[in-house]
Order: sequence, then C-alpha cells, then structure tokens
Amino acid sequence: MEKLYTKDTQAIFWNNNKTAIQRMLDYDYTIQRKTPSVAAIVAPTSGNKFEKFFFGPDEVMIPLFKTTAAAKKAQPQADVLLNFASFRTAYDVTMEALEIGGFSSMMITAEGIPERLARAMNQTAREKNVTIIGPATVGAITPGAFKVANIGGTISNIINSKLHRTGSCGLVTRSGGLFNELSNIISINADGLAEGVAIGGDRFVGSVFIDNLLRMEKNPDVKYMILLGEVGGTEEYKVIEAVKNGTIKKPIIAWCIGTIAKYYDSGVQFGHAGASANGEMETAEYKNNAMRDAGIHVPTSFNDLPEIISAVYHELHAEGIIKDIPEPAMNKLPNVRRSKEFICTISDDRGEECTYAGFPISSVATPDTGKGIGDVISLLWFKKQYPKWATDFIETVIKTVADHGPAVSGAHNAKVTARAGKSVVESLVTGLLTIGPRFGGAIDGAAKYFKHADDNNLDPKAFLKYMKGEGVPIPGIGHRIKSLKNPDLRVTGLMNFAAEHFPKTPLLDYARTVEALTTSKKENLILNVDGTIGILMVDMWRALGYSENEIDEFIESGTLNAFFIVGRSIGFIGHVLDEKRLAMPMYRHPMDDILYDVPEAQKI
Amino acid sequence: MAQKAIREYDAKSILAKHWDKYFPDFTYAYETVMVQNGSELKEAAKTAPWIKEKNLVAKPDMLFGKRGMNDLVLFKDKKPGDVTLEKAASWIDEKSTGNQSVYFSFDGDKPTGEPSVDKLTNFIVEPFTPHEQSEEYYVSATCVGDDDVIYMSAEGGIAIEENWDEKVIEVAFPITATEEEIAEGIRANVPKDVADKDKANFAEFCIGFFRAYRELNFAYLEINPFVLQGNKVELLDMVAKLDDTAGFMMVEEWGDVEYPTAFGMEAKSPEVEAIEEADSKTGASLKLTLLKPEARIWTMVAGGGASVVYADTIADMAGIDDLANYGEYSGGPTTGETKFYAETLLDLMTREKDASGRGKVMIIGGAIANFTDVAKTFTGIIQAFEIYAEKMKAIDLKIYVRRGGPNYEKGLKDIKEAADRLGLYIEVYGPETHVTDIVRMALEK
Repeated sequence: MEKLYTKDTQAIFWNNNKTAIQRMLDYDYTIQRKTPSVAAIVAPTSGNKFEKFFFGPDEVMIPLFKTTAAAKKAQPQADVLLNFASFRTAYDVTMEALEIGGFSSMMITAEGIPERLARAMNQTAREKNVTIIGPATVGAITPGAFKVANIGGTISNIINSKLHRTGSCGLVTRSGGLFNELSNIISINADGLAEGVAIGGDRFVGSVFIDNLLRMEKNPDVKYMILLGEVGGTEEYKVIEAVKNGTIKKPIIAWCIGTIAKYYDSGVQFGHAGASANGEMETAEYKNNAMRDAGIHVPTSFNDLPEIISAVYHELHAEGIIKDIPEPAMNKLPNVRRSKEFICTISDDRGEECTYAGFPISSVATPDTGKGIGDVISLLWFKKQYPKWATDFIETVIKTVADHGPAVSGAHNAKVTARAGKSVVESLVTGLLTIGPRFGGAIDGAAKYFKHADDNNLDPKAFLKYMKGEGVPIPGIGHRIKSLKNPDLRVTGLMNFAAEHFPKTPLLDYARTVEALTTSKKENLILNVDGTIGILMVDMWRALGYSENEIDEFIESGTLNAFFIVGRSIGFIGHVLDEKRLAMPMYRHPMDDILYDVPEAQKI
Repeated sequence: MAQKAIREYDAKSILAKHWDKYFPDFTYAYETVMVQNGSELKEAAKTAPWIKEKNLVAKPDMLFGKRGMNDLVLFKDKKPGDVTLEKAASWIDEKSTGNQSVYFSFDGDKPTGEPSVDKLTNFIVEPFTPHEQSEEYYVSATCVGDDDVIYMSAEGGIAIEENWDEKVIEVAFPITATEEEIAEGIRANVPKDVADKDKANFAEFCIGFFRAYRELNFAYLEINPFVLQGNKVELLDMVAKLDDTAGFMMVEEWGDVEYPTAFGMEAKSPEVEAIEEADSKTGASLKLTLLKPEARIWTMVAGGGASVVYADTIADMAGIDDLANYGEYSGGPTTGETKFYAETLLDLMTREKDASGRGKVMIIGGAIANFTDVAKTFTGIIQAFEIYAEKMKAIDLKIYVRRGGPNYEKGLKDIKEAADRLGLYIEVYGPETHVTDIVRMALEK
C-alpha cells in the first residue's frame, strides 16, 4: 500500500459519533468527493436503520447496523474501520473486524486500552497486513481524498491549513493536537500535506513512525517527511537506521519533544503515556542528536521548526522536485442548514414528471408499457423492478382476495356504514378497520409461523407440537367447508401458478407436508387461501434474493396484510356502491337476534 | 501513566489469591503482613498466630530496593533467625520514628550519591525461613519492545545485577505465543546451574509465574529470590508493577490494591489528588504535576503534546527554576471540569507572591484543537477567573493566551472581555501566532 487513503476510500464508522461523521461529510463535500467517506455506521444499541447527515446543502442517509459483520456485508467496498469504541470495548471491536477481514486499515481512538490487549491487537493486525492507526489517536488524513473523523478540526481550519488538497509533505506525529499545529505551520512555510498520520499517544500503538514513513517513501505525492517524536521509546532509531541504510531517501525533518524531561526524575510523566524515558537513549535530547548525526534535518528547538521546514521546502522547490500546486475548485458549505422533517425514498415529484422509484409515471401507466399494477406495487412498495412472474403473482393475489361476499365482518361493516348515509371513504374505512389478527391476518400468521418452522428445521410433527405450545391454531390451515376431496379452487389456482412460474417453492413444499399431517387428523384442515398466499409470498421473496432478515422485516411490518388490504378494498368499495345504488335505508339489527342477559348491578 | 508500582505485600497477596490456578503443584504458606507500627503488628498477631510462634523478618515495603545494604532488613537480634515479635515491633517503631536516609546506589558496600530522606511508613513482616543459598533462585518478567521476556537464574539475591550477563537466561515470547509454546520455551531454557533435582520444578514454577504475569496484567514482576524446597515455595522478595489501564478487567483479580508514592517522593498534594480523582471520572484528560509550587510561571495547556512543547520552551527560555507545574487538559472536557482544573491552578498560584518581587505569569496555551470546543472550555476558565480575580491581581499575575480550534474566535473574545471586565492583565492570540510564542512574549515583559 503506497497511499493510506484515496478519493474512493470509504469507511465503516463504529459508534454513531454524529459530530465526527458530520465533519467527515463536510470535508467530503468541500473537496468535491462523489461519495460520502462513511459508508456505514455500527451502532449496536440503536434501533434505527439509518442516520441523516448533511452533505453540503442536502441531506444523505447513512445506514446503521448493529454489528460490524452486517455493516461489512452490506458495504464490502468500505475497507477502513474507524473504531470509536471506548477503551473497554475497542479491543473486541478491532479483533472482530480483523476476523471478518477485508479491511486495509483501522483507526482506534480510545485511550488507555489495557497494554496486553493493545499489543495483541497490534500484533494480530500486523500478521494480517492491516495498518493500525492508534490507539489514542485523532487519526490520519490524505488531503483532498479522505479525512478520519475529527483530524484537522473545523472546515475553516482545514482550509486555512491547506488540508483540503494534496501538498508535498508526509507528516507523522504522536500527538493529535500538535498534528494540527504542524499542519498549520507546514501550510504557512511550505505547501501542505500529501498524507498525515497521528500515530497515537499510548505506549503501544499499531503502526509506528517507521511503518508510516516507509509507506510515504513509496508514495509519489510525498516529496519530504516531517517526524515529530517524543521523549520515551526507541522508535526513532528505526527511522535513523532506515535513513542510514538508504531505505528512506526522501529528506526528513524531525524533532523530539520533551527535552525538559531530563531535568526531572522519572516520576514526572510528561505528555502521553508513551512518553517516559527509560535510560539515556530514550531522552528527547539524545534522540534529537542521533537523528541530526544521521543526516536528518533537526532544528535546535521546536520554535525553529518553521524555519527548517521553509528551508527544506524551498530547496526542493528550487530543484524542481516540488512543483507549484494548482488550487483545486472547492464547494463552500452553506452557512445555514436545516434538517428535513420527512424523508421519501419511493417517489419524487420535483422534476418534470413524477417518478415511481425513478420511473416516470407515463413509463408504467399505459398498456403499451407492458406494466401492470404488480409492477407499480413492486416499485412503490419495494423500490425494485420485480420480474414478470412475481408481478403476475402479486396481481393474482390481489384478484384472488378482492372479495368474499357480504357476510364477512369487513364487508358487513362497510354495508352498515353505507346505509347510515356515510360516504364511500368512511364506509370503506370501517370495513378496513376489521382487518387484523382474525380477519385477513392469517396471511401474516401463516407466513410467520411456517417460515419459523422451516427456518428451525421443525418436522411437521414438531411444528404442530410447537404451535400447541404457543396456544394458537396454525394460521392458514383449515376451511369451513372445503377439504382435500373438495378443494378450494382459489388455492389450486395459486399453487398451479407457482408450480409453473416460481423458480422453486421450498416453503410451500414444506407446508404441504404439514397439511398432509393435519388433514390426516381432520378432513377440512387444509392449507387455505390465506395460508397459501402468505407462504408463497415468502417463496417469492426468497427466489428474488431477499435475505431471511429482510423477509422477516416484511412480515413484521405488515407487508402481507397490505396485499389483502389493497385487494379487499376493491370488494368493500363494490359493496358500498351496491348499497348506494340500492338506496337501502338505515340498518337496525332485529332485537330477536340478540341474546339479552342483563342482571342488576350489585352494590359494592 | 499506565504502569504503576505496587507494594511487595500486594504483589504477594495477588499471587497468593490465584496460587492454585498458576501453581497447583506447589505450596506457599502466604504468611505475610503489612503494618505501619509495632502495635499494629501485635494486633495482627492475635489473628495470625505464626507472628508470635515463629521468628520473623521485617523490612520496609515502600517501593525501594537495596534494603539490606541500607541496614533496613531485620533478621537477627543476636544471631540470624532469632527475631521475636517483641523485637520486630520495637524495631519497626524505631525505624518509623523520624526521617531515614536511604541510598539507592552503591559502589561495593559504599553508598554513592545523595541519600533520599523520608519517613518509613509501611513494613512487611514474614517468618524467617532457614534455607541454603543454593535453594535461592531468580525469576522476573516484563515487556521489552513488542515481546514479553522472562529472566531466569539459578542465583537469586542482591548480587544478580552485577552478574546479569553470565547468570541470567532471557527468553522472549511474542504477545501471541500460545501456552504450549511458552511452556516449551521455558523448559528448554532452564539455567544449567539450577540443581538437577530442582530443574523440573523450576521450569514448572516459572511457567506458572509467566502465565500469572501475562494473565494478571502485570507490567513487571520479579521474585528475587524464591526458594524451592521440593514443592514448597517461599517468596522472599518481590517487586511488581501493574498495568493500571487493565484495572477495569482486573477488579476481582487484583482486589484492593494500592498505588503508593515511592519513598523519597513527595506525597501527592491534595490538589493533585483532586485532579487525579476528577481525571478518573471523565472521558477527557486532566493531568497535573507540581514541579515547584513557589515558582512564578504556571501553565494551563490543552493537549498532551502541546503541554510538553510549552514546558520545553519555558525550560529553554526561562530555565526550570521558574516553572511551577506541568499539566494538561484535553479530550473535550466539560465547562465544569475545566473550571475545576483552572480553579485548582489559580488557588495554588495565588497563595503567595513571587519571592523576588516579580509578577507571576499564567500561560493558557494550546495547539489548534481537533474537536475540543475552545469557547466551552474557556467559559470554565472565565468562571474560575471571576472567583479568583482579586487574588490574581494581588500577585500581579499576567495572563498569556494562545489557542485555536473549534469556536476559538468566540473563546478568545470571551476570555479577553472577561479579563478586561475583571481588571486582569491579559494578552490573547490565535492560530496566526506560533504556538509557543507567548512564552517569549511573557518573558520579555
């Protein structure tokens, strides 16, 4: 890997840290990235499916997932993990992501991860060739391409420090605050950064100075490097070694902070947990001298750093190694942004013509388009173009459930209301209000329970036992008069259609084995029309490639009922219009049809 | 700081607590008590009969070694191994009265350098264990670079450091090494001078020791020496450091462990302890070390890196005699936390005027913050100013501010206005000024 990030890099952000993510998206918009740099957020305790963020003046939705595995599966191209878990869980999050694989780098922000855990995590990542930035870091940045979370601070500071476009310096620091400070100094005295990493302040960090400098040595955008070290540790000597043996040829400017530490005994901890000298070699002064001896540009103090940066930059510029950088176009963030109250993801009426999931109405409405109501439902309900066999099935279902005579509770309600002089919509609604667990609900129930049994490999006998335990009759099984010998022709029709057009019908096949068992007990315990519809819908979605989770969500959210609602509305409206046409009077139920049993209330 | 030294008593207690897990084939009597004076020892004898029944060894337990060289190990009254409870109690009382001088380095028997002078407050008392010199062994473990290293020697005792290269076997293991790899590595490297009869036991003991070091999150663990008598083990002396960042996982394993101030180190002031307390309760970072509280330059700097740069610069330009403190606040502390931190500093710096009659200086510095809201933290500082304004004027305090980051314009404007309103001397600079330039400005005045 010669560059840490590119303009296409996308991250999975572990923890819904809204401020940091918004900063990333503000940066993306400013530098005119096409895609948001955060592809997914892992929020284990959130029930939400997405979080809204501003992308310039507009808003975008970033999907939320409960696990890293789910996020990675949905966004496999996102190969950077930004681990914002606390010091208690950061290790587990990193190890799990290393196990899942497919990440090129991971950034860990928590400070104070137990040392053994940090070492194990760093070592495992090294073995898997994954670059770890941190722990205890603010992150890294490839200006003009990708910025981790809060690094660089506010957008105005980023632009002031020229972190919005590629410069020529590779910067590596321990400290996050000084990273920002140096970016500013470099922007004033040179032309900004090509890549920058704050490796983190803990004693054990994943990628160390040398790892980052070796990558920068290979990065053609980096023309010289700046290293800001600290008292404590021996990592700077690896850099000295690489300079001496010629592995690193680009000029390096370096300084170790903490020269004050020599005045005090080791009891005084200056700066980060990693900053404590064990022996003379680890003092800032010794390291600064050693680096100077190796030919690294070392100033006499931190205050002289700007001068030396300016000198090295101008020398490289004069030699033509560094060219002048054209300032790229930038987007300007709007000053005022208002979050939207409503979100719509199915249709859009802002253009010339309203669209259904991207398709203008005229492209699906007339017969010559070849599209039917099933296609419209697939667009508006599922935001997908279902194949013809599936839209035909949807239409078959709607036609099948359109009406079932005046006696069922919904039709009866609609008729009574119409006779009370109410409008079509009022009458229709009273009919629809009866749809639920007892009326029409068997479609939902059948889908849910049969799928559950199939998912858990229950044989028919075990399934019956399970339902007995649940204390409910099996939804979708049983008919008032129909039996195997006297089949319900609606069911036969649906099954024939499925047999001919569905790629396969595993759940229906399973349901038939259950039916064989129930009808052996009682003739009329057949798979009824509700059950068949619910079960075949599951088979349809499976064949269309939906995951079991997605299908469970369809069932949970009442999608199956919705087919019944749409279909049966046709029938209800028919009954209401029928009443209107017949001009039937107000209905009163005959008193002799009511059992009156009203004892006098007892005094308590 | 992640690695913290603990008392010998606590180190033994932790091992004893998990003895059967790590050393199932060995027995350890765990006869040890820690006391602060003679009467505490007598009190302890009521519940631990061995204190009365056995001859004793007593020594200070205050994170320093070379106690024998300093004549601070009581093991004989008239002849070795005849120390009674009475004698130990009176010796402890004698040693804990008044200051003691302790040398940390020796040339042969001769102490070198200046002694540390402090009070002895904690003593560990154990039974005297008669044994042969040949039964004393050495083992320690720590992290070197990326690896864990176990050090083993057939010769324990204080001479080990002088003969380190010849006598000590080092074996390094990567963090990811398995139990089997470690056991094999230790068995294959038992020092050849270990008595043949002890070789197998020595290896097994070291395997358990190294596992305890790893699993109990020790940063450093040393037993020098331990005595092997068949399957009976005595831990004569121990040194240990814990990785305190693992504390949240080790609540049960470590028990009630204490991180004492070492002998000769000044006890932490209540102010420093209060800041540590506040630090432990926040996700942000609040750190304070008092270097020379009577000095005239005080720093209140944001950021672990920037604070060091300021300290370096002050040391370079003014010398360390003028630097009163080192500290930092970072990681987005709340207004309240920042106010508390500022109040603590203002309280300390306004207690006395500068001895030579100069005004005092407060450096409110910081780099360009990544995410800390400058206005919010400065609100906390301003609230502290309001409380201490009169005292600040009384010591002729000059305040120099330099800061950048989110909301810094408002933060700088607010602090300038507040200081002007309160009649305080202040100079305020933003990111256009080099981070440590305010040190130069302050010193030129």
